[in-house]
Amino acid sequence: MGEKILSRIEKWELTYTHSMGETASHFFHEIKNHRRLVGRRAPKAGRVLMPPRAFSDIDFEETTDWVPVANEGRIESFTIVCQQFPGMPVPPYAIGFVLLDGADTALGGFIRGVDLTEPRAAAEKLKIGTRVQVKYRDKPEGNVLDFWFEPA
Amino acid sequence: MAMRRVAIIGSGQSRFRFRRDDATYAELVREGVRLALEDAGIGIERIGAVVYALAPDALIGVSNAERWGAEAVGVDKPMMRLNTGGATGISAVQAGFYHIASGLFDVVLVAGADKVGECGHAQVVLNKIWDPLYERALPLNAINMLSLSAVRYMAKYGMTEEHMAMTTVKNRHNAARNPNAHLRDEVTLQQVLDSPTLCWPIKRLDACPQSSGGAAVVLASEEVARKLCPRPAWVRGVGNCAESYFMGDRMGPKAPQDHADATALGHSFQAAYRMAGLSRPAEEIDVAELYAPFSNTEYHAIDATGVCAKGQSVRLMERGHFELDGPFPVNPSGGTQCTNPIAVTAMLRVIEAALQVMHKAGEHQVPDVQTAIASGNGGDHQFFGTMVLSSDPG
Repeated sequence: MGEKILSRIEKWELTYTHSMGETASHFFHEIKNHRRLVGRRAPKAGRVLMPPRAFSDIDFEETTDWVPVANEGRIESFTIVCQQFPGMPVPPYAIGFVLLDGADTALGGFIRGVDLTEPRAAAEKLKIGTRVQVKYRDKPEGNVLDFWFEPA
Repeated sequence: MAMRRVAIIGSGQSRFRFRRDDATYAELVREGVRLALEDAGIGIERIGAVVYALAPDALIGVSNAERWGAEAVGVDKPMMRLNTGGATGISAVQAGFYHIASGLFDVVLVAGADKVGECGHAQVVLNKIWDPLYERALPLNAINMLSLSAVRYMAKYGMTEEHMAMTTVKNRHNAARNPNAHLRDEVTLQQVLDSPTLCWPIKRLDACPQSSGGAAVVLASEEVARKLCPRPAWVRGVGNCAESYFMGDRMGPKAPQDHADATALGHSFQAAYRMAGLSRPAEEIDVAELYAPFSNTEYHAIDATGVCAKGQSVRLMERGHFELDGPFPVNPSGGTQCTNPIAVTAMLRVIEAALQVMHKAGEHQVPDVQTAIASGNGGDHQFFGTMVLSSDPG
């Protein structure tokens, strides 16, 4: 038809209030009140789940008790984000998964305290097996941004 | 198992690009459907049921857009929508297979489309696949999720950034021969390595594009297929398998799977091979169309097919094993890395595998193909769909 194709802009602005449930709520209360991370024991699978969950997906059994884990562990994977994604933090930043001592599954979080200017050099400092410590913000709010990891 | 034989007798796909401003979403669905019906040599009135492929609504910004697309697949028919994220397209073809294998329908249309180029926030939409309690705020998205896999694969098997770049070079070479592919410019190893880092080690040229276009498949019972199609692609096997929801459960000494690998994709292939009666995949399969949106993920996908030991795909790639004229061509179409209209991406894997079996792939045809495999990956390793197609009805 040769005419200019028209377009319309649509914005979705949706708000949800997500309940965390009993298990995750306790996890965040422990962070807020005691600056410690607690997992849930899945006895049949022989694992301490971190982050804690009410049941174990391997055997479909409920987890039984709370297990405090150490505030240190080893990096199991990481990435250095160099691209600005809309609504996400200003790059560069590193995120990773850490197997905390006493846990059997790895916990995700930001990794700070490493110069990320050159991603390949930074990757060497973050490689799998690197020991890290858990750090907490001064006034925890009860969410995953209350803690992060730094090389020990 | 008392199942009826099922074959793919026709397929259609758009010439994919970033945006299709000339056509609405429903018009893109119709584009794929019209091409598939023409290819099958039938009219819409022959379709007994429709399986509709549509991934997360927010990617095209229309809730339950299958309502809109319904006008392009024919009225007054049974229709269902399937959404398994990136695997949606192959899941939809599998559902079409079940419709016919069960004996309930004779001809089924599988169709869908995507307009990912209209979404300014694709990674924001994909970030919402993570739970709002523990992981969404990290923030995870499709790119860094698979960077986390790449880093583990590097440590476990010695994959380097150069190996990742080799995949891109191969796939772009193939896409240059596929008129429907979105990214068709050939690139060099150095161009890939010099492209900007998105989430290390994934760089811009390791990544898939956001594509728009439609696709459709016509499936038929044996009786109909033999009448209408001189060389159908028989669906010989289908498989599905899921991994844990939490990525961190795939790390550490007690992990049942490793996030480096695609363990459940391997299980899914094994299930499809069992159904198809295959036991020596490296000898029995001629070509593979594997869902691999980022260069690194093609390696764990190849490993999962069982044509080589885990990690060996890296060494074989160095020797050109998976190239168009190599011993085991992978993604002769250029694959997901060159074309990614999310809702139908995994359907394209099936379509391209079918075209290879039907000897209709044109410039990217692998000679003498009898058996081809296809796969689709959805979520964060939750939806692995696989399919074996063959010129032999079995």
